[in-house]
Amino acid sequence: MAIVIDMPKLSDTMEEGVIAKWNVKEGDEVKSGDIIAEVETDKATMEVEAFDPGTILKIFAKEGDAVPLGGKMAVIGKEGEDISDLLGDKKSEDKPSKEEAPVEKETLESEAETEETPGKKEDFDPLFGGIEGKGTEKESAEDGHIKASPLAKKMAKEQGIELSNVKGSGPLGRIVKKDIEEYEAPAAQPTATKRAEKDEDVPVSQMRKSIAKRLAESKFGSPHFYETVDIDMKKAVDARTAMNASGDVKISFNDFVVKACAMALRQHPKVNSSWLGETMRRHASIHVAVAVAVDEGLLTPVIRDTDIKGLTQISAETKELAGKARDKKLQPQEWEGSTFTVSNLGMYGIEEFTAIINPPNACILAVGAIRDIPVIENGEIVPGKRMKVTLSSDHRIVDGATSAQFLNAVRNLLENPMNMLL
Amino acid sequence: MGNETEVAGFTPTGAVYKSTKLPKPTRKTHKSLGIKEDELLGLYECMYRQRRFEERAAQMYQKGKFGGFLHLYIGQEALSSGLNYALNDDDDIITAYRDHGMGLARGISAKAGMAELFGKASGCSNGKGGSMHFFDVKNHFWGGHAIVGAHVPLGGGIALANKMRNEEKVTVCLFGDGAVDQGSLNESLNLAQLWKLPVIYVIENNGYSMGTAVQRHSAGELVDRALPYGMKHDVISGMDLLTVIDKFRDVAEEVRKDSMPWLIEVRTYRYRGHSMSDPANYRSKEELQEFKSYDPIERLKTYILERDLFDEKKLDEINGNIDEEILEAIDFAENSDFPDDEELYKHIYADDDFPYLR
Amino acid sequence: MAEKQFREAIREAMTEEMRRDESVFLMGEEVAEYEGAYKVTQGMLAEFGGRRVIDTPISELGFSGLGVGSAMNGMRPIVEFMTFNFAVVGIDQIINNAAKIRSMSGGQVKIPMVFRGPNASAGQLGATHSVAYESLYAHFPGLITIFAADPYDAKGLLKSAIRDNNPVIFLESEQTYGMKQEVPEEEYLIPIGKGTVKREGSDVTLVAHGKMVHVAKMAAEQLAKDGVEAEIIDPRTIKPFDIDLVIESVKKTNRLVIVDESHPFGGVAAEVGFQIQREAFDYLDAPVQRVTVPDVPAPFSKKLFDLWFPSPKDVIEAVNSVTYRK
Repeated sequence: MAIVIDMPKLSDTMEEGVIAKWNVKEGDEVKSGDIIAEVETDKATMEVEAFDPGTILKIFAKEGDAVPLGGKMAVIGKEGEDISDLLGDKKSEDKPSKEEAPVEKETLESEAETEETPGKKEDFDPLFGGIEGKGTEKESAEDGHIKASPLAKKMAKEQGIELSNVKGSGPLGRIVKKDIEEYEAPAAQPTATKRAEKDEDVPVSQMRKSIAKRLAESKFGSPHFYETVDIDMKKAVDARTAMNASGDVKISFNDFVVKACAMALRQHPKVNSSWLGETMRRHASIHVAVAVAVDEGLLTPVIRDTDIKGLTQISAETKELAGKARDKKLQPQEWEGSTFTVSNLGMYGIEEFTAIINPPNACILAVGAIRDIPVIENGEIVPGKRMKVTLSSDHRIVDGATSAQFLNAVRNLLENPMNMLL
Repeated sequence: MGNETEVAGFTPTGAVYKSTKLPKPTRKTHKSLGIKEDELLGLYECMYRQRRFEERAAQMYQKGKFGGFLHLYIGQEALSSGLNYALNDDDDIITAYRDHGMGLARGISAKAGMAELFGKASGCSNGKGGSMHFFDVKNHFWGGHAIVGAHVPLGGGIALANKMRNEEKVTVCLFGDGAVDQGSLNESLNLAQLWKLPVIYVIENNGYSMGTAVQRHSAGELVDRALPYGMKHDVISGMDLLTVIDKFRDVAEEVRKDSMPWLIEVRTYRYRGHSMSDPANYRSKEELQEFKSYDPIERLKTYILERDLFDEKKLDEINGNIDEEILEAIDFAENSDFPDDEELYKHIYADDDFPYLR
Repeated sequence: MAEKQFREAIREAMTEEMRRDESVFLMGEEVAEYEGAYKVTQGMLAEFGGRRVIDTPISELGFSGLGVGSAMNGMRPIVEFMTFNFAVVGIDQIINNAAKIRSMSGGQVKIPMVFRGPNASAGQLGATHSVAYESLYAHFPGLITIFAADPYDAKGLLKSAIRDNNPVIFLESEQTYGMKQEVPEEEYLIPIGKGTVKREGSDVTLVAHGKMVHVAKMAAEQLAKDGVEAEIIDPRTIKPFDIDLVIESVKKTNRLVIVDESHPFGGVAAEVGFQIQREAFDYLDAPVQRVTVPDVPAPFSKKLFDLWFPSPKDVIEAVNSVTYRK
């Protein structure tokens, strides 16, 4: 059987050899061990020998040709032998057979698949694979500049001591074992916030569901806008003090606000309206609701016909309804039918906030606390009382100017409380 | 046959024109040496096996089947074959890195040898030695050794152990002409003579220490290293099988009897370069051609045919069988497994549980 | 229990093993007629004769190699070097032959033998006679390296070394040959690769081997007066090294000083330091420190030699540094 003589590895570094000389020509007889050619490698000119006896049937490369390592140089065989199958491909001997080809393709495909699968690559990371599991300390990033001995770091971690709170006594301020042992947590500073051990899922009450639904509908269903005024409450404070000094009923500032709103609503009926989709309803009566905080949420009992009730009555009714609300004794007719709502967080020290409109009202007034602040009066700094109120309005019903006028009306009434008593 | 070649030496320009000269071969015949005819055939086969093994090894190396160094013995086969014939089976042999021929002659199979070249677990050193470290200790072949001259004291030590146990065994320690220049050789000769060790030191003078001709690397005659120690010595031709057998049989018996060392310079010639990447430009084509004309295998073939001991057909049959044996060895090597990964940590210490640093 | 000198202890070890095993023999310069350059082998020629106690020429390369060859072929030689500084002349036989032939032959050969003799400095002997070679030998796979500090350890370890089936480098010191210690009359062996606690303490671990154990002890006594209790670990075997014993100690003391007579680069101290930072990182309260000879050859002049040689003072300074005492 004919044998291909391919370019031998004649030096440990050669990649190709140049045929320097052929000692044989096609048709020559050779013995095993005969020098058939000389080849220039990257190092020297080397002899190429025949390892098998036979006749040179074919010479592929001419003198001067470069042949890659393993490339065909010649064919040795029996004279007259059919070597056509050796003449085709350059390295037919080493080519994979056809049966092998699909396997190779499959391998490639599966490799591609592997690459597409996210995360898989990480599993194979030879350098960092597995390290994540051991937990790279977040600490090291945080205290990267804190010098501490490995032991001190470990002790601090075990004892929950923040290394940044520890003073190091070692060279260059290194925190060492002794420093951790002698460390005392500062008394005033609570030790690391103790969280509830487990999150708690609380069932949603009917009230909460209702609040959630109504307020979400309001906030996202009606376009809110907000306007705030800062009201001088000095006179209201004085008036209330005077009124409470004489009577049995204790009137609150909120009662003043409710009364002022009711009176202002009468002046600005557009604000006392409801959006009905095709139409807007102007309410004939003024029913101001007051937001009352209860355990599970808030209720808005209604002071009916607020505008025609006096401060004393408003105050008394509000107290009664609030009490019922807290005792869960409020009846549906007592919280239904409001045309406007007042929400007051002044007793919590809130300066100002925005409230979500209580549907189907057009507006809600959010009332802040009365602050003692220096004010300039007649060029002099004097103590003053101020209260911020913010009106949330449904832009579908009222416009900015309308609500501004309404707010100014409220302000005028509160700044001149005597007008409310008339 | 039987011609002494012209005297080796330098040209007027200082270039070496011949690296070594061959002493006259023995005039004895196989009959007078008591070699049976079928033994002669066995010796032919032994030499041809080494030759064909290495030719194919070179081919496999050039095909990139294995890496590392490959130093070929081709041309020197008469020494390994004749020496092995002359020695008892339990005599000890240690040699240098050009060790395939001696190993095969001593009993390493072509399969185990080829597998060792391929670095396979089935090799004669479990794939851990490679070309330069063929071992077959059960056949008293103590290996090929790769630091020039470093194994020369080992040969003396093997002989020392035999002597201490009063075993009548001979140790043969072979090394190249380059090793003669090492201190280890001179220290070993001193100790061997001083302690009367049963060892035969053999200089395989193939003309070149790598690429440096003998005249250019060693002052005086190599064998004269024996003189200051009063050691018995001789120079013989290593291109003639019968000469090798004749000399070594006599010397081995003498050493076995009186436990005194010998130094024998065997003049021979390697046809190939020092290693596979050596084009051997330091010598002339004429010199190579001349020594090839004394080829030990061709010589024995001529000897056999001239005396009608066997016909050419018989020798061709042997060649054919060996060719087949070597191809089978290549198949065996190719199809053998590489050593298991765990083998990396085996056979370093005598204990298998050594706590290696990791 | 009788007190015995270090040299007597190793003589007993060799003598007992030679009585026990015919294949054990001793060779080296001046071991027979001269009875040993340091009188270690006194009386051995008389007992065993010239075939088993063999005087060699000054030919380290030759007789080291003969020793290896005889070990390959079934003997158990003890090759004595007058000092390990002379072994360098024949070190190829140790590093390339004794250490590797087993591996290269795929396990066909065993080399059961001991190379022994004094190692490291012994006063003003100049640059070539003062080198500590333990890290060099421990570097090479296939060798076992032992450096005993006192007579008791030396005897038990040398007996184990002679019985071991590997080539063993057994290091001694000229300066400890006269040192006395109680050594049992009855036979005992100390396992290769097991260290020992030479002094217990809780404040700092001192790792020291060979002659340096005694330097460490002097430092420890001084430190104890200052209230610092040093624990001294003597690995005894350099390879394989009993790192577990050191780890255990460092977990207790959190501080480590290695006392090593080698030069600093790649010495035993460097290896132990590496192992400890890897295996006991979270237990260290200070960087590991080492006390070694400096990175210069041994000087002759007494003044410079004293500066060069690791002293108890150097050890105390290193201890002060790892315990954060100025």
